[in-house]
Amino acid sequence: MNNSLLVVVLASGIAYGTPLLYAALGELLAERSGVLNLGVEGMMLVGAVMGFWAVQRIHAVTWLALLGAIVVAALASAVLAAVYAFLVVTLRANQIVSGLALTIFAGVAGLSSYLGNDLELAKSPARHQFQEVFPKSWQDLPVVGPILFGQSVLVYASWVCVVLVALYLTRTRFGLNVRAVGESPASADAMGINVTRYRYVHTLAGGAFAGVAGATFSLSITPQWVAGLTQGAGWIAIALVIFSFWRPTLCLVGAYFFGAFTALPFALQGHGVTVAPELFQSLPYVMTVLALVLVSSRAARLRFGAPAALGTPYVREER
Amino acid sequence: MIRIERRLEQPRWLFVAVPVLSIVIAFLFATVVLLATHHPPLHTFRRLFDAAFLDNGALTETFVSATPLMFTGLAAAVAFRMNLFNIGGEGQLYTGAIAGATVALLLAGAPSPLVIAAMILAGAAGGALLAAIPGILRAFFSTNEIITSLMLNYVVALFLDYLIFDSHSYLRDTSGFEASVFPQGKTLPDEATWPSWTIHGVVVPLGAVVAVVLACALWGLYSRTRFGFEVKVIGDSARAGRYAGMRTRRKILAVMCLSGAIAGLGGASQDGDFRHQLDPRGLTQANYGYAGIVVAALARYNPFAVVLIAFLLGGLQNAGFTLQGADFPNGLVGVLQGLILFCALGGELFVRYRVRFDRRQTTTAESAA
Repeated sequence: MNNSLLVVVLASGIAYGTPLLYAALGELLAERSGVLNLGVEGMMLVGAVMGFWAVQRIHAVTWLALLGAIVVAALASAVLAAVYAFLVVTLRANQIVSGLALTIFAGVAGLSSYLGNDLELAKSPARHQFQEVFPKSWQDLPVVGPILFGQSVLVYASWVCVVLVALYLTRTRFGLNVRAVGESPASADAMGINVTRYRYVHTLAGGAFAGVAGATFSLSITPQWVAGLTQGAGWIAIALVIFSFWRPTLCLVGAYFFGAFTALPFALQGHGVTVAPELFQSLPYVMTVLALVLVSSRAARLRFGAPAALGTPYVREER
Repeated sequence: MIRIERRLEQPRWLFVAVPVLSIVIAFLFATVVLLATHHPPLHTFRRLFDAAFLDNGALTETFVSATPLMFTGLAAAVAFRMNLFNIGGEGQLYTGAIAGATVALLLAGAPSPLVIAAMILAGAAGGALLAAIPGILRAFFSTNEIITSLMLNYVVALFLDYLIFDSHSYLRDTSGFEASVFPQGKTLPDEATWPSWTIHGVVVPLGAVVAVVLACALWGLYSRTRFGFEVKVIGDSARAGRYAGMRTRRKILAVMCLSGAIAGLGGASQDGDFRHQLDPRGLTQANYGYAGIVVAALARYNPFAVVLIAFLLGGLQNAGFTLQGADFPNGLVGVLQGLILFCALGGELFVRYRVRFDRRQTTTAESAA
């Protein structure tokens, strides 16, 4: 029963969806504050390489080494996000171009490969990696076993993150302020909210999440360092934020949905059905375009659409 | 207390000084990176420069990297000037390449100039058709063109893979045993090879010539015609354009298609000038579309500057390919490109604004730039 197509696809969809979920949660925080950071792919790759480096260098028990690696990955990507935030918030540079610049700087042909090469990481497998947390007998339970209990701790931690981000945005004063900054920075400023500080903090948080997402690749999904191992997951994460209408809980659903599309062709192959994988791989992008068109009408945009100030720098003197 | 205030007039010399200083500062940062990782900076830069421009045949190779960047750079510049963020140059280049290759195969045997002209037209049409999707969505449904054009890049990249790797399409080479093990595109007929000119040992491809001509035409279009004027007005203030009775939607669609057509031409040039087959791996790995946006931004959307910058960045990229190996730091070229762009984007502030230190009330913008 646990080998049936649906169970396999769901279980691996959750595994593949987890880095998307982390990255999308981070991007969601940044976008809710009005910053559209297209550098997710680059930040993920640097997170992946630094996390992997940390796990090779930290000589400690497994859980401590992995925790350290996650922290290092998050910090490394947050540093990149800080450079980006300095450009777009303080220096008011174009967010789109700056984000692409960040991906070029940090991406496959940039810093992540430079570091991976210089720290000589490509040759060895990870010394520690994330394993399933629950005992084997639980994982063998029908249906729920592989789906719910067959995952690594990163998956369960991501659920906690979804809840925390959702509560933060909708139930705290800070969350309300962020949304105000993203919708109308001028009004937020008039209310006494420090727009610059909010944008910095949330862009950095977005970077940290992207770093964790990258480390999910290099420490759990493919526990090794290969240049460009995220293979465009950062871009899917950006799509996912839009697909989930900037809502953390929908992000969770969307991430597993998109993850399942990655898993489906492989699973089908196991059942003797050969389908062009490109068909499924392109569905997330097509669906995102459709979702975006659906919420383009004025009424829908107010309810479900992008934060109104997304992508625009805030200059107090020019409001 | 530091204050940043808008310049009423933007002095001309800043347009030159800021980019030049940006590049200098970027190289300083790169020096720090190289020193921190125990590489000799001067030697490394020297090798980079030699491989890009001075070595035997280096300029020919630089043209190979620079030509597609000229097209994608012009494509981005045309759209960005109107505040229309078409970041789908990547995908539009692919569709241009698909259309160009299809036409070349269909017309095999026809006279060469005819085939080449048909490829140019087909490439432009392919790019324009793809760009029309985000264009229509933006013009009639006000859907954000940034996201839609970005998403379509990936859809087309996957379609490209599908055509060659996972189907028995017209474009795939299915002749021999080798072709079934290592899937690749059909080799285009000889008539579809674009001419090139050798000047002092440097091979100048037709694509580069087309790009330069295109740059002149676009400059004329944007600075000498009513169309260009309206595009610029709408770009600076869409509302003002609408009040003045300009047809904003039509302009959005036109500019989007124009931008796509230029990127598509770049795709056709890939087929005819360099690859002579539809080559998914080569096209997708080069990231010409995204690099083109970088080129356009560095050139501040000026078509002539786009050609120049594309040539410089093309040289850098070519050096990266040439020097790929054990003794050259991998990924340095991307780091360098990113740093140059960061500095140029940051430097933009000093063109548009001046920085004042309140206590002394002296202008320090120039020295800080």
